[in-house]
Amino acid sequence: MAASDYDVAVVGGGLVGVATAWGLAREGCRVVVLDEGDRAVRASRGNFALVWVQSKGLGLPEYAGWTIRSSNAWGGFAQTLKEETGLDVSFQRPGGFHLALSEKELEARATILKRLHNQPGIVDYKTEIMERSQVAKMLPDIGPEVVGGSFCPLDGHVNSLRLFRTLHTAIKARGVTYLPSHRVETITKDGGEFRLGTVQGEIRAGKVALAAGNANMRLAPMVGLEAPMRPERGQIVVTERLRPFLNHPVVTLRQTDEGTVMIGDSKEESIDPAGLTLGVSATEAERAVRQFPLLANVNVVRTWSAIRVMTQDGFPIYDESETHPGAFTVCCHSGVTLAANHALAVAPMIARGALEKSLVAPFSARRFHVQAAG
Amino acid sequence: MNASDLSPAYDLVVIGGGPAGLAAAALAARAGLSTVLFDENPGVGGQIYRAIASSPVKDRAILGEDYWAGVELAAEAGASGASIVTGATVWSLDPSRLVGVSIAGKARLIQAGRVIIATGSLERPFPIPGWTLPGVMSAGGAQTLLKAQGLVPGGRSVMAGGGPLLWLLAAQILRAGGKIDAILDTTPRVNWLRALGHLPDFVLSPYFSKGLRLLREVRARVRVIRVDRLEAVGDDKLREVVFAAGDAEWRMPADLLLLHRGVVPNVNLATAAGVAHAWNERQLCFEPVLDEDFNSSVAGIAVAGDGAGIAGGTAAAERGRIAAIAAVRALKPEAAVPDLQTIRQNLQREAMGRAFLDALNRPAVSFRQPQGDTIVCRCEEVTAKQVRDTADLGCEGPNQMKAFLRCGMGPCQGRLCGLTVTELIAAQRGTTPAEVGYYRLRPPVKPITLSELASLPITEVERKAVER
Amino acid sequence: MFKRLAEAGAAVAITVDGKRVECRAGDTVAAALIAADIDHCRTTPVTGAPRAPYCLMGVCFECLVSVDGVGSRQGCLVPVREGMAVETQIGKREAGR
Repeated sequence: MAASDYDVAVVGGGLVGVATAWGLAREGCRVVVLDEGDRAVRASRGNFALVWVQSKGLGLPEYAGWTIRSSNAWGGFAQTLKEETGLDVSFQRPGGFHLALSEKELEARATILKRLHNQPGIVDYKTEIMERSQVAKMLPDIGPEVVGGSFCPLDGHVNSLRLFRTLHTAIKARGVTYLPSHRVETITKDGGEFRLGTVQGEIRAGKVALAAGNANMRLAPMVGLEAPMRPERGQIVVTERLRPFLNHPVVTLRQTDEGTVMIGDSKEESIDPAGLTLGVSATEAERAVRQFPLLANVNVVRTWSAIRVMTQDGFPIYDESETHPGAFTVCCHSGVTLAANHALAVAPMIARGALEKSLVAPFSARRFHVQAAG
Repeated sequence: MNASDLSPAYDLVVIGGGPAGLAAAALAARAGLSTVLFDENPGVGGQIYRAIASSPVKDRAILGEDYWAGVELAAEAGASGASIVTGATVWSLDPSRLVGVSIAGKARLIQAGRVIIATGSLERPFPIPGWTLPGVMSAGGAQTLLKAQGLVPGGRSVMAGGGPLLWLLAAQILRAGGKIDAILDTTPRVNWLRALGHLPDFVLSPYFSKGLRLLREVRARVRVIRVDRLEAVGDDKLREVVFAAGDAEWRMPADLLLLHRGVVPNVNLATAAGVAHAWNERQLCFEPVLDEDFNSSVAGIAVAGDGAGIAGGTAAAERGRIAAIAAVRALKPEAAVPDLQTIRQNLQREAMGRAFLDALNRPAVSFRQPQGDTIVCRCEEVTAKQVRDTADLGCEGPNQMKAFLRCGMGPCQGRLCGLTVTELIAAQRGTTPAEVGYYRLRPPVKPITLSELASLPITEVERKAVER
Repeated sequence: MFKRLAEAGAAVAITVDGKRVECRAGDTVAAALIAADIDHCRTTPVTGAPRAPYCLMGVCFECLVSVDGVGSRQGCLVPVREGMAVETQIGKREAGR
């Protein structure tokens, strides 16, 4: 590979990486995406596919605004992808629920929302606590144990696997070079360009965007950045395809456009991607049946576990390197929700070579030092 | 037996009641291991001895003496003291040998000291255009209908493909008074040349005389046509079979098309349990990596029978015995067991002639790696072209493919598309199936209901992982 | 498509989509449908294409039908019982059925 063949090397071929790569290609950049292989630990194949707003921002109010920006951009983003690829990622924003199965759960929910929305400087958006009767008007199939829930009209969902395929289709159409089985081992800056050492040889690029999920923890220090992560495992249960019965996604249960019902969402410390805890699936199933009793005799066709990409405080990290100008981190848990931002806001900044402080300064990893010092 | 009648733990859990499972359960129970055998079918016997205790086919000549050998095997298992539970679907097995089983809509988790997976084989996918049409059925399916229900093809029937089972079934159908209009033999001519080197070994094996007799019996009564293209055509069901050899094409009206071209290990349960598998280039399939006692890479889990690699029904029983002896030696070393060397010798004898059969029956590339709109994944209706195009997108393996196209995501969980998808990706990338790999599989390997899943034991830690 | 050998078991009657179907003890639901010359047992949830039993050994999931009000049962694994109500499954299954 001759020098300067690429303007930007994106490290990571998951949703964050390909959304960023697509955005860069739209800005006219020559882009290469370096990815791992078929058996990679890949959150983009294991996520829950919500484009979700409610509950976001407790502890970092700017995150609520950043999330809403993406949620608002999502419709146009999906439409553009459809025009470019012919693939419909089935983005819908009908508003979504948290359901409570006891008064205690409902109270806990109300408390969290109150703390969230009482934060100084938080963008004003509506999340409503609803009584059971109100919920039942919108979700007629809820079970008798559902006491109520919270509803946010900005919540939506998408077919995230189709989004993943669509973005790969779109980057190919835009001339992005996609190199699977090119795990990046080393990154150095030599002269004006970055050299990325992979098992299949060296790739050179003018800039580098680290979008490798939890692996950013390993990669970021190579270019004077940091990405403190704390990966965790989540499990999902999926049913056979059913006729549509659910008009709104619930944070732990949603019906896909294909008809399957996805049920989540657990958090475990274990980060063994092959492991699967039946008791966790059982708890998810039990709660799903209590929420929607009509699902009792529906067949489960799959379960899986995946490793969440999670920064240490749960909020995104967007940074540019002071020691290695041209190196950026794009790192977050919510690769689906924030896909529109990564494609339409973050990528253009990287293309221009500098992050806009007004947009993403709160998400610098420098915040971890402030907290540590404080 | 109900799920609630099961013990919480057994020394040995045998999964599958074909020859390997029956022989293993009989030997282990006789040696004093508390043994349970689960089979999801209404009766034991597996596919080869399907409905061995209940078959309405009373004329022994129809199914042949090889079939009736299963009577003794089933009787031995029945009298051995092993609990034999039919209608019991095993949907989960983990490396700690916790077995998830469902009986009549109720799920249980059973702890096994040792596990012998004896889930056998399934027919290799045969993705020709139109193979999803009603009226197109696997030959194994038709054989099940004959053995278990005494049903034989009576309309305009065509058989196509190759392999010993195709010819055996043809003979059985004819003996039972059924009707076959033609057999379309897809065996590439070049296979005969390739098999020739293994001929001396084959001639000495029991397969030789049996095979010749079968071929003569069938060829005397049915037209056999060698073909290199094959298509099932119809609107809402099969109307005709279109086939070609060289430039010549024929169309044959038909109500029934029976497809077969060999069997491959059913790897779903073993794969989900974490058992390491490897590509077998001679038999074009994945099979578990096993030691000489059929122990897998997961401690305490063995795989016996055709699930361990295709070797046939008689070999399956011997493999089951070897795996059972290993289980007995591990759990109850003082117990008396049959002489292992004799069993190993029997097994070795059974291996004679297999190389010839594998070479002769190796399916042509065109029947393994379809083109265009031919459906590859029957459940999710994914076509060959979609798989090939997506491989060109940079999708390197079946797991990313599954995420992109949903192939292998339906209820059959890749059983009828897995090998095709792997081979198509390999062909498109110019690499080997071994390098491409197979679907990562997770429980439940057979669907269970949400309420069955919800009924499983839950620890406080597990509950807290969800209720936050 | 198929005919029965003389020795088949005792008569059992089930209904398929409300119509009485004679079958035999020892039949599975899938075998009974085939013996009764019923063309297809379901249409797919993806494109609505008709499908019929294919493998008869529990691996292909083509013979999914509703049995006594419970959808998506593998017809080849369920033995017939007198009075059993079988329904062909059209497209996606309805939750609660």
